[in-house]
Amino acid sequence: MPAPVLTLGVLALQGAFEAHAAMLRELGAEVVLVRRPAQLAELDGLVIPGGESTTFLKHLERDGFFDILQSFAQTTPTFGTCAGAILLAKDVLNPAQRSLGVMDIAIERNFYGRQNDSAILTEATSLPGGPLEMVYIRAPRIAHTGTEVTTLARRGDDPALVQQGHLLAATFHPELGHDTRGHQHFLDMVRTANTRA
Amino acid sequence: MASTNGISSNGSSNNGGSSNGSSNNGGSSNGIGSSLRLKLGLAEMLKGGVIMDVMDVDQAMIAEKAGAIAVMALERVPAMIRAQGGVARMSHPGMIKAIQKAVSIPVMAKARIGHFAEAQVLEYLAVDFIDESEVLTPADELHHIDKHAFKTPFVCGAKDLGEALRRIAEGAAMIRTKGEPGTGDVVHAVRHMRQSVSEMKALTVLSDQELYAAAKNLRAPFELVAGVARTGKLPVPNFSAGGIATPADAALMMQLGAETVFVGSGIFMKEGNIRLDVRLHDAESAALFGAKIGEPVCPEERAEAESRAKAIVDAAKDFTDPAVIARASEDCLGAMKGLAVGGIAEADMMQNRGW
Repeated sequence: MPAPVLTLGVLALQGAFEAHAAMLRELGAEVVLVRRPAQLAELDGLVIPGGESTTFLKHLERDGFFDILQSFAQTTPTFGTCAGAILLAKDVLNPAQRSLGVMDIAIERNFYGRQNDSAILTEATSLPGGPLEMVYIRAPRIAHTGTEVTTLARRGDDPALVQQGHLLAATFHPELGHDTRGHQHFLDMVRTANTRA
Repeated sequence: MASTNGISSNGSSNNGGSSNGSSNNGGSSNGIGSSLRLKLGLAEMLKGGVIMDVMDVDQAMIAEKAGAIAVMALERVPAMIRAQGGVARMSHPGMIKAIQKAVSIPVMAKARIGHFAEAQVLEYLAVDFIDESEVLTPADELHHIDKHAFKTPFVCGAKDLGEALRRIAEGAAMIRTKGEPGTGDVVHAVRHMRQSVSEMKALTVLSDQELYAAAKNLRAPFELVAGVARTGKLPVPNFSAGGIATPADAALMMQLGAETVFVGSGIFMKEGNIRLDVRLHDAESAALFGAKIGEPVCPEERAEAESRAKAIVDAAKDFTDPAVIARASEDCLGAMKGLAVGGIAEADMMQNRGW
């Protein structure tokens, strides 16, 4: 019996939501671009893309979106990349700013410098299939991970892809690469959560 | 970013003279060099928002707080350049650095068309995007900057598809309409966006044989023309600039196909040459005026600038929702007076700079 089609949301307030949507569709998911809090209700999981986290926060101020998104991420699989990871983190540094605070990580914005320091690196990962290509754009650094957090890939010594139960965060941009393993791993997480429910 | 988008990662010609040269094009896994992938990557992050012209730290902080996705640091916005005349050049490095320090969002800055030495300075200052801009006085009547030679991504203006593709061939990672800067009149931004979009649509129905002639007519490289014919869109993000002044202007350009809007003189200008006073009292002026440090010098004008910035950000996000545009328009305390493009002599038009 074929697996049921998953409905994945991509938060589409601003940023690289189209690239995420394209990759999720390629992997067989049904994709909803989420611009309103009410759209979260029918989703099996959500991707919060890269973009500007300050802009996301501004848009989330309206219509109680912030609180609804926070409750959603506490229970439903959510994958944050770059700015999205910043939103999921418990602590945000450089500068300190508000976040959903659902994931036990501390994250430093723009740690690796400005655009000239953006880089494409290939490093080891515990995901099956060998080293992972990681596209870093004005990337943040995960400075601390709590005991419940598993590191799946690193940039040097720093965690770059981390999981805590139903939550996944990447400081790089899997949607800009050709390697679908990050998204595939997230879809597997969503499927697992669905089976349990 | 499909491998078939026709972008060449060639960075071999070094006549731009950048010290960065073309050494960072390694790691290609799909026909696009890693340097170009990173440039397009940042452009991707900038989609769906508003990039604001700012002339000082106060304005930059207002922009960031309102939800701008990036700021363009420049000493005079186009409306002031238009009013004051003179040669408009790259901004003072000290001013760019102060803004970089003040905000966490990307900082862009403008270089004159063809002025690769200004671009080298901006690259050294680590601005996040360089705008090779017709708003400044052109430095070269024949050549645009060889943008492949830089690690920093470039955005360039275009009036039509051929111009857009010529800039992309030179290495631009983002295209914006030129419009007519500094006017607050959106009519030419609309003209340029409609022109490019209809030219792109027209390419999609042509046979391969016809595409060679189309490339000749567009005066653009065949590979890029063929790429647009396949996808119906530019291989880089397509933004809009030039005369966008109100929330409804932003919504209009986004509905016409712009993926992000640049707002120049529309937020911080009152009329002509006069800017809104958005300064906050520092220790010295607070003592002088008997005010508190950090209080606005002119609360009404600061509130007006803040309201315009925020309203345009809201409009660019929900650009198809009239309820949001109506609310944003209502929240806006006034708009720049502006200058109708119809009354500007052809020779005074900034959009005719660049080729």
